[in-house]
Amino acid sequence: MTPPFILEIAFVILILAIAVGTLVARAAFTAVLLFMIYGLLIAIAWVRLSAVDVALTEAAIGGGLTGMLLLGAVARLRESEGSGEEPGLPTLLAAGTLCVLVSAALGTLVLSRPEVAPSLAPMVMDNLAQSALGNPVAAVLFVFRAFDTLLEKVVLLLALIGVWSLAPDRAWGGVPGLRLYAEPSSILVFLAQLLPPIGIMIGIYMFWTGASYPGGAFQGGTVLAAMWLLVMIARLQPVPAISLRRIRLLLVVGPVIFVAIGLLGFVVADAFLAYPADYAKPLIITAEATLTLSIGVTLGLLVAGPPDRIPQP
Amino acid sequence: MTLTLNIFTIVAVSAGSFFFMAGTIGLLRFPDTMTRLHALTKVDNLGLGLIVFGLLPRAEGPLGALKLLCIWVFVQLSGAIVSQLVAQLARRDGQQR
Repeated sequence: MTPPFILEIAFVILILAIAVGTLVARAAFTAVLLFMIYGLLIAIAWVRLSAVDVALTEAAIGGGLTGMLLLGAVARLRESEGSGEEPGLPTLLAAGTLCVLVSAALGTLVLSRPEVAPSLAPMVMDNLAQSALGNPVAAVLFVFRAFDTLLEKVVLLLALIGVWSLAPDRAWGGVPGLRLYAEPSSILVFLAQLLPPIGIMIGIYMFWTGASYPGGAFQGGTVLAAMWLLVMIARLQPVPAISLRRIRLLLVVGPVIFVAIGLLGFVVADAFLAYPADYAKPLIITAEATLTLSIGVTLGLLVAGPPDRIPQP
Repeated sequence: MTLTLNIFTIVAVSAGSFFFMAGTIGLLRFPDTMTRLHALTKVDNLGLGLIVFGLLPRAEGPLGALKLLCIWVFVQLSGAIVSQLVAQLARRDGQQR
């Protein structure tokens, strides 16, 4: 065994140990922290597998935003703790059976993989030149499987609508009660003043470079969302009411432009989401730029949670 | 020349790893929040600093070196600020008890 191989085995064991730790942790807070560490380790694993695009997404979403969402959920659960009812035997049995079934199904799928993994990678690389993009992942997302990408963005909006629908009637259209993780202190305000200019630049860079190198709308949008949340948590900017027209516009502008470009494909090219040969790159960049903005606002509002108060006039 | 640079990289990265290890032991063994934070900041400053320093000759051109330095500065920045926030919280909780 070569030394790098031993290191990789050790790394895999570490990931598995953290995963087990997440499952057996008794306190919800500990479990969430372990889950965030797990996300970051998985991101490193993706880098080792040369899947830098996936690694960036995993670090931003799995290690960052999902962690924030879960921490918010833990804070909310803590308030409602005290019912203290033990689940009954039928509930335990049902949960156990479901877990066993899911594990068995996953195990079967993983263990019965085909001898040669099916791959479309050679086809993608053969046709990469046609897509006007240098990054094969971006080419798959915006040219070869653009419809999937479009649906993904719509799912994100649906998730936000799902969160908003948890709002009580009296607070509808009001201000999300962003869970505060720290009392705004001078040091947090300092960070929220210092970091956003750099963060916004990095977010835009990630989207821009995504055409040719690892990066893209999702990763860039996540960084933008993080900067926005930082500013809101430090209370430098108020959390906007969800009924504001410009917030609604920002949420839908990305998907709408994407659909518009897709429909344009019927007229100038020959199919939905087909790009005319000479304008492929500008069109893709336009779609990606607006999507970055929409993803940023959507993710920010997802973390901010359902509205729970009406803004004071 | 290459040999000197290689030795420099090995020495600096090993020294950095030593501080990572020392910081981890400190985090596990020190008795309270403040001393643990103290152990962690050594990892950010010296540990990562030495590793970045050792990797500088191997960077791809000046831009790559600048990126490495930026990583160090940002980790330091976030480390320092998070330490302050944790320390503030620890002090407040300590006074309440």
